Amino acid sequence: MVRYVLLRLLQAVGVLWAAYTVSFLVLYALPGDPVTLLAGADATDITPAQLDALRAELGLDRPLIVQYLDQLAAVLRGDLGTSIVTGRPVTEIIGEALPPTIAIAAFALVIAVVAGAGIAIAANYTRHRWLADVLLGLPPLGVAVPAFWFGLMLIQWFSFTVPIFPAVGDRGFISLVLPAITLALPTGATIAQLLSKSLSNTLREPYVDTAWAKGASRARVHLGHALKNAALPALTVTGLIVGQLLSGTVVTETVFSRPGIGRVTAGAVQQQDVPVVQGVVLVAAIAFVLANLAVDLVAPLLDPRIVTTGARSPRRGAAAAAARPAARPASARPAASASGARPAPVASATAVSAAATTQGEPA
Amino acid sequence: MSAENDRTPDDRTPLLEITNLAVSYRTAGGTIAAVRDASLTVHAGETVAIVGESGSGKSTTAHAVVQLLPSTASIAGGTVRFEGRDVTKISRVELRGLRGRAIGFVPQDPTVSLNPVQRIGRQVAEVLEIHGLADRRTAAARAIDALAEAGLPDPARQAQQYPHELSGGMRQRVLIAIALIARPALVIADEPTSALDVTVQRQILDRIDQLKQELGTAVLLITHDLGVAADRADRIVVMSQGEVVEQGTPAEVLGSPSHPYTRALIAAAPSLDLDAPFAEPVRVTDATGSADASGETDAAGQALAAAFGPLVVAHDLVKEFPVPRAAGGGVHRAVDGVSFAIPRGRTLALVGESGSGKSTTARLVLRLAEPTSGSVEFDGVDLTSLGSGAVRRFRRRAQLVHQNPYASLNPRLPIGRIVSDPLEAFGVGTRAERRRRVEELLDVVALPAGTIDRKPAELSGGQRQRVAIARALALAPDLVVLDEPVSALDVSIQDQILTLLTEIQGEFGVSYLFISHDLAVVRRIAHDVIVLRDGHVVEAGETSRLFRDPREAYTQELLDAIPGRAARA
Amino acid sequence: MSDTTALVPERHEQSQDVFAATADARFADAVRSRSADAALRAGRGIGRVLARPTLLIAIVWLALVVIAAIAPNLLAPGDPLDGVPADRLQGPSAAHWFGTDQLGRDLYTRVVHGTALTLSAAGIAVAVGLVVGTLLGLLAGFVGRFVDEAVMRLADVLLAIPALLLSLAIITALGFGTINVAVAVGFASIATVSRISRSEVLRVRSSVYIDAARASGDRWGRVLFRHVLPNSAGPVLVLAVLEFAGAILAVSALSFLGYGAPPPAPEWGSLVSGGRDFLRNAWWLTTFPGLVIAATVLAANRLSRALDTEGRRTR
Repeated sequence: MVRYVLLRLLQAVGVLWAAYTVSFLVLYALPGDPVTLLAGADATDITPAQLDALRAELGLDRPLIVQYLDQLAAVLRGDLGTSIVTGRPVTEIIGEALPPTIAIAAFALVIAVVAGAGIAIAANYTRHRWLADVLLGLPPLGVAVPAFWFGLMLIQWFSFTVPIFPAVGDRGFISLVLPAITLALPTGATIAQLLSKSLSNTLREPYVDTAWAKGASRARVHLGHALKNAALPALTVTGLIVGQLLSGTVVTETVFSRPGIGRVTAGAVQQQDVPVVQGVVLVAAIAFVLANLAVDLVAPLLDPRIVTTGARSPRRGAAAAAARPAARPASARPAASASGARPAPVASATAVSAAATTQGEPA
Repeated sequence: MSAENDRTPDDRTPLLEITNLAVSYRTAGGTIAAVRDASLTVHAGETVAIVGESGSGKSTTAHAVVQLLPSTASIAGGTVRFEGRDVTKISRVELRGLRGRAIGFVPQDPTVSLNPVQRIGRQVAEVLEIHGLADRRTAAARAIDALAEAGLPDPARQAQQYPHELSGGMRQRVLIAIALIARPALVIADEPTSALDVTVQRQILDRIDQLKQELGTAVLLITHDLGVAADRADRIVVMSQGEVVEQGTPAEVLGSPSHPYTRALIAAAPSLDLDAPFAEPVRVTDATGSADASGETDAAGQALAAAFGPLVVAHDLVKEFPVPRAAGGGVHRAVDGVSFAIPRGRTLALVGESGSGKSTTARLVLRLAEPTSGSVEFDGVDLTSLGSGAVRRFRRRAQLVHQNPYASLNPRLPIGRIVSDPLEAFGVGTRAERRRRVEELLDVVALPAGTIDRKPAELSGGQRQRVAIARALALAPDLVVLDEPVSALDVSIQDQILTLLTEIQGEFGVSYLFISHDLAVVRRIAHDVIVLRDGHVVEAGETSRLFRDPREAYTQELLDAIPGRAARA
Repeated sequence: MSDTTALVPERHEQSQDVFAATADARFADAVRSRSADAALRAGRGIGRVLARPTLLIAIVWLALVVIAAIAPNLLAPGDPLDGVPADRLQGPSAAHWFGTDQLGRDLYTRVVHGTALTLSAAGIAVAVGLVVGTLLGLLAGFVGRFVDEAVMRLADVLLAIPALLLSLAIITALGFGTINVAVAVGFASIATVSRISRSEVLRVRSSVYIDAARASGDRWGRVLFRHVLPNSAGPVLVLAVLEFAGAILAVSALSFLGYGAPPPAPEWGSLVSGGRDFLRNAWWLTTFPGLVIAATVLAANRLSRALDTEGRRTR
């Protein structure tokens, strides 16, 4: 178990490093020049020499690899650089913006889980066909509606037409409601879709028939037997959901004019403030990695089939096989087990990607 | 629950009385009647077996008793009276009171019928909790007793384990414990052993028998195997296409069957036919003109073998697979020192239970897998030394037929293209010639000519397996490896395919390597048999000798596991 | 053959059996000619569409959207940039179906003419994501070993960065504009696409009929082109339509944030943000463009689902 935890930690650090490197490559190696933009697109009065001086000041004239190693070393010391636009340390900017964002993201997560899981459970539980149809029709709608537009519609209805909640700004809890609902919409719809599909598949498993044959009530079968099994695949997308919530704040905070990471990001992109954008990407990656780490540590407690001595992360397709009764060697055809053809309690690529696209059903 | 003293088969009011039951399914193509007009009775303490092939409605009938039908099914007519009450009419609450408490249920596939994230003990004890028969603590203790009763070796430990930690046979014992813990008057067992190895099958059925004797429970046993029914049941009900065509005691049904379907079923069942002559000698119209195909079992093969030597010689084959680190690492020896020879124009069977290494051995022979050590000689050439070009030339001469005809045909291609695929792969003939060859092959496997333009999904399982055989024969190979070619098929279809294979061998002199878990099937087709266990050869010899005079205890065990002893005796 | 008797009708073999049963029945009939078969199948396909009204509506809507993108003047002959100051901020009417904006421009005309920009951006995004993603997935799934390992590790890392943030980082580097937004959205979807196509290739590759083809002597190239690709193509098409819907959402979100085409040009996302300042007194300015986006995404998702079930039917 200790080995398992250490391995997971090591993997998490590896993913973080790689994500940082990717963002560095995207931001620094792609064509595009923050200095020109910083000077202003129509700044004809600035000479090329002055631009070069500015580049040198920002350290952008050095070879890429030197810049990369330099920055990486700084990041390890907890220094994310300084904003090109304001000159303030990036850690400070992000540190200020984080608390309000965490507040609405956490609130949105609660709404998304409660509403999403509620719809999924109710749609499968009800004996009324029409009610199931109505409930199952909601998630595809939630996935298709653009969040920025939904937010504006909420403002129109609940701030202007029927003034219940404030349209913009931060006036305590009451002004959290509309942004959190907006942020929760795509995530909740994703959870509802994943869980209801997983639940309806689980309810067709033979062991559910065994439960019926024992004389178990509908509640016992659905909630006692099926739900736990059905929740396991949904659990593996937690990291993606956290990432989705965090990036969703870019739109939500813009719509509701709230301070936070999202607004900082939107502004930084607008002004090509590369260090700030990179800092935000790193924060998002950290959130993703932490969420997955939590899932990795909790999953073995929920699913006894997950082997905690193994090396692989359970999010990989290969682990689908490892999570199965491990004693049986890949007998005749090793390729078959790698395909994840067997029912995996945790997570194949398809489940992950379904949430990643925030789209309809898993392809 | 029931009183102990009225459990005699002769009791006037039956425990279960199904009258004119009709069940239909809604499908995209309309309504299908799965059960049309079924009537049967089960008296207290009696074992009644419903026998039939897939689609006969036997499982639907059984599931109707506990109202565990899929949502697309509806009961179109008739009554199902249990202890006098019609279960099709009672309320949901009353039904829940019957399930588990008065009627136990043992499902088909134990590997998927237990909740994977709940401990065994809880799952057994749950029955008592649901019906308020015990509080949590006594329920747990009684669950351990029930597990012991069902024959688990260490019930206290197994109660703490999760399903994936137990073997299939042990899981089926757990399910038996679940079915019996509340002491129901009736247990419905739906093909309770079809997913298990043969030797385990027998143990499970013995255990059900024993518990039935001890507890006086009535059993409604669903099976596709007449042999099993004959061994275990007091009465047999034969169903076909949703109707009961015959019922009576095993002696009546097997001894003097009145319905033609029953007679056909008896004729097709390999396990009931152990006195039939062994595989016929192969009649070879050979290339050298020297082989004489007389009635002597060995003559043809011996003559060929003498002329050319055996077609395939496997020498000391070993195959190891790395075990995933998650499962403890190291290697697993799937095949461990297996040697054999396949004579020309004859059939060698590899027999073993799951994990015996029989399929892996077959793949080594075909060089679809590389042996860790050992060698395979094909027609005098060592396969392990061949380069990729030579391996491809070898593929022309050795072909494979898979177990599952539903998966082995590319769903997008018409049958004609599937059969001509090997011909195209080797660039044999023109398009027209290939088409002629395909027509010829379809004729050989007795498929109508119109099949050529159809897609696999339009064919039945037996027809698909014929297509797979035609594909294997396309290049006129010397060897065809048959990997459980009939185990996914109904007995009557099995019978047809085995007959076809024998005819093809007689006509073309092809050698078969026949992989099977079923000795009764092997007996019908193989000249020689090798019994494998855990990658080792347990016993090898001529089929007739092996059946008459098995030298190893394990072989005897496999022979004893063939159902239908009662009927044969 | 049909084992409709089982508890679980969906179990693979049993549903196959039902198929086979009907086939057996038909087998007794005279064998139909192939062309008649094809015609019948096409007829059934159309019949199935007509039997599902929501799918029919989705297809009609998507057709209208495509027409709007290719020949906007067919649907809205006016000039999207030409405003009549006297008609400023008028609500929906027979003359102006979606109302007018603060410069008196007809909103319906602007939405129709904005289709081309939004749709082509989504198209480019899907092309980028699908081409790169499926190539990577194919490579990983077919070559296996260290290539597979490398590609999947890369996908893992890309998935650790939320798609929208990855797009934003790319836009930061490349600058604004419809094309850049499209490339950014496409790039962000590569990880997902490569994973799905890899698992699809593995699924097909490990299927028994591929083993059968290999055992009967097919070369790998033949196996790839004759068996693997045709059987993987359907799911990739399903994925393409799904990705297209996702791309429309992502592109319009980025355009809403102001990273797309510069102001006078109408894009669906920027039309919504343009109406933001008039939420209180001109509800139509935000409502209609948003509804159009939602309807298009919904329709594309519906189509993708229909293609998926259709694909499973023949699989």
